[in-house]
Amino acid sequence: MSPVPITTEPVKTFKINGQDVSARETESILQAARAHNIDIPTLCHLEGLSSTGACRLCMVEIKGSNKLFPACVTRVQEGIEVMTHSERLVKYRRMLMELIFSERNHVCAVCVVNGHCELQSTAQKLGMDHVRYPYLNPQLEVDASHERYAVDHNRCILCTRCVRVCDEIETAHTWDVMGRGIGSKVITDFNQPWGESETCTRCGKCVNVCPTGALFEKGKSVAEMAKQRQFLPYLVSRREAMIE
Amino acid sequence: MQKQIVIEPVTRIEGHAKITIQLADDGSVADANISVTQFRGFEKFVVGRPFYEMPSLTARTCGICPVSHLIAASKACDQILSVRIPETANKLRRILNLGQWIQSHALNFFHLSSPDLLLGMDETPEKRNIFRVMEVAPEKARDGIRLRAFGQTVIETLAGKRIHPAWVVPGGVSEPLSVEGRDKLLALLPEAKEIALRTLRWFKQSMSQYQDYVRTFANFPSLFLGLVDPSGNLEHYHGRLRVMDAAGRIIADQLDPLDYQNYIGEAIEPWTFLKFPYYKPAGYPEGIYRVGPLARLNIATQTGMPLADEELAEFHDLERGAALSSFYYHYARLIEILYAIEQIERLLADPAILRKDVRATGGVNHHEGIGMSEAPRGMLLHHYKVDENGLVTWANLIIASGHNNLAMNRGVLQVARHYVNGNTLTEGMLNRVEAVVRAFDPCLACSTHALGQMQMEITLLGPDGQALDRLARL
Repeated sequence: MSPVPITTEPVKTFKINGQDVSARETESILQAARAHNIDIPTLCHLEGLSSTGACRLCMVEIKGSNKLFPACVTRVQEGIEVMTHSERLVKYRRMLMELIFSERNHVCAVCVVNGHCELQSTAQKLGMDHVRYPYLNPQLEVDASHERYAVDHNRCILCTRCVRVCDEIETAHTWDVMGRGIGSKVITDFNQPWGESETCTRCGKCVNVCPTGALFEKGKSVAEMAKQRQFLPYLVSRREAMIE
Repeated sequence: MQKQIVIEPVTRIEGHAKITIQLADDGSVADANISVTQFRGFEKFVVGRPFYEMPSLTARTCGICPVSHLIAASKACDQILSVRIPETANKLRRILNLGQWIQSHALNFFHLSSPDLLLGMDETPEKRNIFRVMEVAPEKARDGIRLRAFGQTVIETLAGKRIHPAWVVPGGVSEPLSVEGRDKLLALLPEAKEIALRTLRWFKQSMSQYQDYVRTFANFPSLFLGLVDPSGNLEHYHGRLRVMDAAGRIIADQLDPLDYQNYIGEAIEPWTFLKFPYYKPAGYPEGIYRVGPLARLNIATQTGMPLADEELAEFHDLERGAALSSFYYHYARLIEILYAIEQIERLLADPAILRKDVRATGGVNHHEGIGMSEAPRGMLLHHYKVDENGLVTWANLIIASGHNNLAMNRGVLQVARHYVNGNTLTEGMLNRVEAVVRAFDPCLACSTHALGQMQMEITLLGPDGQALDRLARL
C-alpha cells in the first residue's frame, strides 16, 4: 500500500446537528456527516460511484435557507449549520419512501432480495408502516433475455447505480435511462433486450450494486439473492492508485 | 311460490362463499348450492413472472397450505429445468409434505371439528368452540395442540419457518438437514405417535354416536381420485393417479399426471368462480369425484407403514365398496396422521437424509411443467408454460377444494334436505350445513381463525324478497 498523501486542500469547519465538524472543501455534507458517524439515509448514493442526487432521501436543512439541500451533492461550506433530522425532514423522508413504494410494484414477500434489500431496510429504518398514497400498479415487464441476469422493472427505483457503475467502473456504458419523470426506465444499449446487448460484458457489477431486486441473477429463488458490494471501494482505490 | 335461503358470507375460505337453499312451496328443500363469490386471479397475475418465483408466488394462495403449493410448484419447475433432483432433496420434500399433512389434519380435526364431535351440533355457538373443548376434554385439546405443533416443528426445522418458507426451490431444496434438526424431530416423534394412536382409539370407540352424520353427511356414490405408488399403495409426493368407483372397483390406474387434461375436465357454472373438475370419461356432471383423505384411503391398497396398515385394513372394512360418507374424512385424517408420523420416522432413520447435495441447477430446458402432489385436502396440480427466457406465459392450478366442488355441492344439498324443513331456521340446521362443508376441510375451514366456526349468515327470503328469518354468526 502506498502511504496516504498528506492533503494541502483547505479544510472547512461547520456544524451538523449542533456538533462541530470539519471536512475538506471538496467533500459533500454527506461525506462529512458519515465521517463523524452522523447517519443520513440514502438509496442512490454508493461509495465509489459519483453522486447524482436522484433519491432525495439525503435532503438536509441549512440554517438561514428555506430550501432543502441534497447532502450527497452539496459541498461543505465554512460556518454553515446543517440539520439532518428535523421534524420536516423526517416527515418528508417517509413521504418519499411511500411515494417510491406506490410508484411501482414492490412485493417483498416474493422478492429475490427479501431480507437483503436496501429499499426494504431503509423503509423499516424510517418507520414506514404503511403507504398513504394510492398504488399506481403499472404494468411493467421483466427482461430475462440475458443468459445470467434479469431486470424486473417493477422493482426499479431509478437510482441509476447500474448506469453509473457500468459507465464509471466497468466503462461499458451498457445501461442508461430513457423517458422522463415517472415514465423513465433503465435500458440496455438502445433499448434492446439485455440479452442482445453488444456492449454488456456480463460482469454483473450492475446486479450487485442494485439496491433492490430489480437486477438479479437468474435461478435465485425468493430471499436468496444477497448482493456483494465489497468489490467497489477496492476497485476504485486500485484505479486511483494506478492513475497516480 | 318458491323461497330461497341465502347463507352469505361464508367467509374465511380462499375468498368468500355463499350457500343458497331453494325451498319448494311446501317448505321442503328443492335445491342447494355453495358458490365461491370472489375471483383471485393467481393464474393471470403470475403471467410474465420468472418461473423461479412460482413456488413462493403460488404459496401465497394459502397460509395453511403454503407447503403444499411449494411442493407442487417446485415439481412443475423441476420439469422446466429438466434436471434430476438429488434423492436426498426428494426425501426432504417428502418429510416437509408429511409435516404439512400432520399440522393441517390436526388443525381440522381438533381445532375446527372436535367441538362438533365432542359438544354436539346443537350446542350453542358461544360454547361450541375449542375453548369449551379445553374445559370439558382438556386432554383432547392438549393432544390437538401438541400434534399440530409437531407438524409445524417439522416444517420449521426443515424449511426455516412455519408459514411461507422459501426452502423448496426448483431443482431441490435450498439447505440440507442438520444433524441437530434430525435429532430434534426424532426426539419428538414418540409423543406424536402416541397421540395419533390414542386419538384413533377414541374416535373409533365413539363412532356409534355419529351414525346419523355418517348416513347424511355427503353420503352418496362418487368416484375417488388420488395418487398411488407403482404397487397401488398410498402416495403423497410422486406417484400416478388411480380412479375408483363407488363400488370399490379400480376403473383406471397408474394414469400419468402429465396427461391430466385427457381425463380431468374443468366445467364452469355461471353462479360461482370455483370451477367444477370432473372425470372426463364419465362426462359432466356424472364424473363427480372426491379427493383428499377419504379418497386416498379408499383407493390405496396399503400404506406401506405397519401401524397405519392395520388401521387401513379396518377402514376398508367399513363398507363393502368404497367408504362413501364424507363424515369418514375425519376418520381418514387420523389414519393419515399416523401414516405420516411413521413415514417421517422411516425417512429420518436413513443416514442419507443428511447429505449435503440437495439442489440441482439448470436453465430453461423445457417449456412446460406439470407438478402433482397430494396436499392435505387432496390432489394438487400446478401446470405452467414458459417462454425461452423462463417467463411464465400460461398457468393452470387445480386445487383440492376445487376437485371436491361437485361433491361439496351435493353434500350441502343432502344435508339441507335432511335437516331443513319449513320456514323457520334453527341454529342446529345452520351448524349442520356448516359441518358438512367442514368435513371436506376445504379452505373454507383451513384459513379460519374463528376457533371452530366460520362466519356465516343465513337469510330466509320470501317470494317477494322480504326477509322472513335471519341467523347470523359473525
